Amino acid sequence: MDNKIPAVTMRNITKRFGTKVVANDKVWLDIYRGEILALLGENGSGKTTLMNMLSGIYFPDEGEIAIDGKEVVIRSPKDAFDLGIGMIHQHFKLVDVLTAAENIVLGLPGKLDLKAASKKIREICQTYGFDVDPDQKIYDMSVSQKQTVEIVKVLYRGADILILDEPTAVLTPQETDKLFAVLRNMRNDGKAVVIITHKMHEVEDLSDRVAILRHGQFIGDMPTKSTNAQEMTNMMVGHAVTLNIERPEPKDPKPRVEVKGLTVRSIDGILKLDDVSFTAYSGEILGIAGISGCGQKELLESIAGLQPVEAGSICYVEDDGTREELIGKDPLSIQEMGVSLSFVPEDRLGMGLVGNMDLSDNMMLRSFRRGRSIFTDRKSPHKLAEDVVRDLEVSTPSVSTPVRRLSGGNVQKVLVGREIASAPTVLLTAYAVRGLDINSSYTIYDLINRQKADGVAVIYVGEDLDVLLELADRILVLCGGKVSGIVPGRGAKKRDVGMMMTKLGGNAHE
Amino acid sequence: MFDLISFIPRAVVQGIPLLFGSTGETLTEKSGNLNLGIPGIMYVGAISGVIGAFFYEQSGAASPFLTVAIPLCSSLLGSLLMGLIYCFLTVTLRANQNVSGLALTTFGVGIGNFFGGSLIKLSGADVPSIALSATSARFHQSLPIASGLGWFGKLFLSYGFLAYTAVIIALVAAYILRHTRVGLHLRAVGESPNTADAAGIDVGRYKYAATCIGSMVAGLGGLYYVMDYASGVWSNNAFGDRGWLAIALVIFTIWRPNVGVLASFLFGGLYILHMYIPSGMNLAVKELYKMLPYVVTIIVLVISSMRNKRENQPPASLGLAYFREER
Repeated sequence: MDNKIPAVTMRNITKRFGTKVVANDKVWLDIYRGEILALLGENGSGKTTLMNMLSGIYFPDEGEIAIDGKEVVIRSPKDAFDLGIGMIHQHFKLVDVLTAAENIVLGLPGKLDLKAASKKIREICQTYGFDVDPDQKIYDMSVSQKQTVEIVKVLYRGADILILDEPTAVLTPQETDKLFAVLRNMRNDGKAVVIITHKMHEVEDLSDRVAILRHGQFIGDMPTKSTNAQEMTNMMVGHAVTLNIERPEPKDPKPRVEVKGLTVRSIDGILKLDDVSFTAYSGEILGIAGISGCGQKELLESIAGLQPVEAGSICYVEDDGTREELIGKDPLSIQEMGVSLSFVPEDRLGMGLVGNMDLSDNMMLRSFRRGRSIFTDRKSPHKLAEDVVRDLEVSTPSVSTPVRRLSGGNVQKVLVGREIASAPTVLLTAYAVRGLDINSSYTIYDLINRQKADGVAVIYVGEDLDVLLELADRILVLCGGKVSGIVPGRGAKKRDVGMMMTKLGGNAHE
Repeated sequence: MFDLISFIPRAVVQGIPLLFGSTGETLTEKSGNLNLGIPGIMYVGAISGVIGAFFYEQSGAASPFLTVAIPLCSSLLGSLLMGLIYCFLTVTLRANQNVSGLALTTFGVGIGNFFGGSLIKLSGADVPSIALSATSARFHQSLPIASGLGWFGKLFLSYGFLAYTAVIIALVAAYILRHTRVGLHLRAVGESPNTADAAGIDVGRYKYAATCIGSMVAGLGGLYYVMDYASGVWSNNAFGDRGWLAIALVIFTIWRPNVGVLASFLFGGLYILHMYIPSGMNLAVKELYKMLPYVVTIIVLVISSMRNKRENQPPASLGLAYFREER
């Protein structure tokens, strides 16, 4: 492999945003054909920025790029296409109101002939085993369908250097397997594939070589075979990290939230939760597992008072045994009782944080009602923001930076940090580590464990089953809005829980 | 009895300026630029044409070709300049589109009234208006056979050439938007500029081109108004609120220029309905009828929001500036 000419050579690439943020600092990177390269790094380490320079979205401040040994200048996405570089972005670049075919031919020269385009799209689909309807509108598609359109779009343009930015973050395990099969096909076809991901087992499973960035600098690359998850993580973080999640025994668990026969319908009348009953104890982490869209969101929102409930009861139990019904209360008074919700949606912003406001102002969203005078207290949110930045190692130029300018992982740290700071008695959290790198994920697990030790009842909705099995004391499995079973976290088998996710009761009933 | 044969042609000539304006604004909005300067641009289109015609008539020459070509070119030039100002502000400098547009409208009306007033002074007339009868006659000229064809001629052939131009431009614009690559790219730019950019489309160029062409088309509406509809008589502020009505028409037609052809005639009809409905001496009732176009627009907005079909919504990035390296 060493005597081959790299498909892409990047030398001394530097990119700055403004004067303070150096996203890439003298990065060297080689990409070869017939190989899958995994690009690793923490959130904000400059992986996406580096790839954006290859695909013409950003222009490097310094450095050289060569394709097949020939030096090139990539000024725009069009230049990148002409060189055979195609990138599938984390946030899909598709026009919602157009059809798949229209999106795929977007930007190409020549006469508009959608019929011919559809034919060519079907051919590509056949070669690689995709399933795309050229005439379907994008807004009618699922996330994985949209991703497929993106990949077909890149292939349609004849790209032979493919870059995928966190392609699996929004996919189910089955969809991920399908994607990986396609990527292996492409590698065997002699294409160069770069994949950005945080999931170690995907790196080990798929890639031939890994390259690691840290704080915008290139740390090193090596064949995947000769390394392991521990070594890669250490290189990413810069110091040794333990890859075990702690799970202390719950101390003095008492019932805190009792849910009985909870039934919720969506606005369209679809049954989202059907007769859900469980009890969450203080000092315990209750994990919620399930295929996405099985009612996790509705469950948390019902407890937080954001979702109209059709039937059932949700009781908040205090230490002395006083019970209080939560249904019918408004979200504000539920919050004041100490029930705190931190939901991280797919687009990370949108629920809980305001992108255009800075860190302190976002902290204030929780506290602005406090105090007697008509003026708001700006000092304590400011201090809280500084605490969160320090404790959770949020990388931001300052606390007065608008949240939307932070990278995804840092946005999440701010959100989770704020919710925890309100000292809740019940912490509801969904997808807290969605899209987070491994080090930040462990920081979040740590935070959640500390809450548990303080006697908080934690309800944790997670998408990564491996983590749930290591973190949660008990796991409630949802399947199509029904409780498929509640299993103790210690000793639960991944396979069994997986079965319960897809079928009520799993194997138990057979 | 309601006299349709005389009502419809009057509704059509009322509708033509709106059709120009709304076709121009639709092209502009499809690129993601919400140009609220359209009323000002139509105003400038009118006064530029008047200036050209005024000096040509003053020179004493009377070539039939130049009588039409000079006002036409000066009008296009005037509205092009306005479009360029808007683009420079909102695309190059990424200024707020609403503020820039409203400023442009105020500016355009001011320009029109300033030059209008100056020309009136130059002409030395004792009424506060300029009459450009020679130019108007050319613009107003319809096919000579029209008068011999009874109601058919009256309904379909009694208009000046600019009226037919308006319909053709609207239909061509609709075809380009739906069936050509340029149209596909333009729609992509207005819906999601960063997608378009990543697909290798020059977003800035499309925004500039669509906005400038849109401004020129809208400017023709002003020219038609003064040269044909008003028979070549310019008086300050006579154009009224037609510019705003054109913008309302864009929403009414859910961003489809071909729908605009009939919709503009409907709006034109609603605009003058109060003259045809016997309302006696009660002026308040007349004012109520004048509200009709706006009421209809609001109803369409309500219905299209309720039906919530994605194709009928405004371009997704309408009103937003685009900067590639924004984080």
